Amino acid sequence: MPFQAIPTPHYLMLAAALFCIGMLGVLVRRNALVVFMCIELMLNAANLTFLAFARDRGDVTGHISAFFIIAVAAAEAAVGLAIVIAVFRSRGTVNIEEIQTMKH
Amino acid sequence: MSAEQILFWVFAAATVGSALGVVVLKNPISSAMSLVATFFFLAAIYVLLWAHTVAALQVLVYAGAIMVLFLFVIMLLSLNEVGSAIQLSFSRVLGAVATAGLLAALVIAFRKLPAGDLAWANDPARVAAFGSIKEVGAVLYTQWLFPFEAVSLLLLVAMVGAVVVAKSRI
Repeated sequence: MPFQAIPTPHYLMLAAALFCIGMLGVLVRRNALVVFMCIELMLNAANLTFLAFARDRGDVTGHISAFFIIAVAAAEAAVGLAIVIAVFRSRGTVNIEEIQTMKH
Repeated sequence: MSAEQILFWVFAAATVGSALGVVVLKNPISSAMSLVATFFFLAAIYVLLWAHTVAALQVLVYAGAIMVLFLFVIMLLSLNEVGSAIQLSFSRVLGAVATAGLLAALVIAFRKLPAGDLAWANDPARVAAFGSIKEVGAVLYTQWLFPFEAVSLLLLVAMVGAVVVAKSRI
């Protein structure tokens, strides 16, 4: 290796930390919008993993995967936020503890 | 310590710090702004990984389009009042324990990975081309053309679906 590059496991650990922070937010927060933001964090952690392995292997296909994840995240955010608006309109709240009609 | 290492540690700490801000901050607008900061720091990390095209997309699509959508919805629902503090409950403690367990398992697994010698990077021409818009575009529009077109259909469906779901009366 002609230069001092950061080894791939460093990036993987950063992605693991990011994913776990997102997971913590999904499990702990009760505001539906913040839960959505934390899902975006987890998707970004997946992106970081793809890009780290793309550099490790010198294969640009990982960049394509990251591109598709970004596109799917945009679609997911649009539909998810529309659902949040619809729920807020019918219930007057976005607290996921108070939205439990479907709870068994 | 080389410049690349300093940049990596600075941006990694900033990414983790602002991501924690998303979870910890009570005001949803503060969370959203913290998430924007996370996306920018992550874009810098992507540049360190030689993924310039994806870094530009990250800033344009995530920090630009998606976050504007989030802020619009937060302001539309006027959720800017500070919510109640996070109270301890059984399910929350269980969630935190599960997250800590997952993090520990991932770190233990990643520590065993070989560092990777990046042997392909000894060729300066390949490093210069890697992650450039030319190379990513060449692969995307030949090998991955059908998935690319399918994603455009997915975005159209999501757009129509968002309008149908959010509109009170069609």
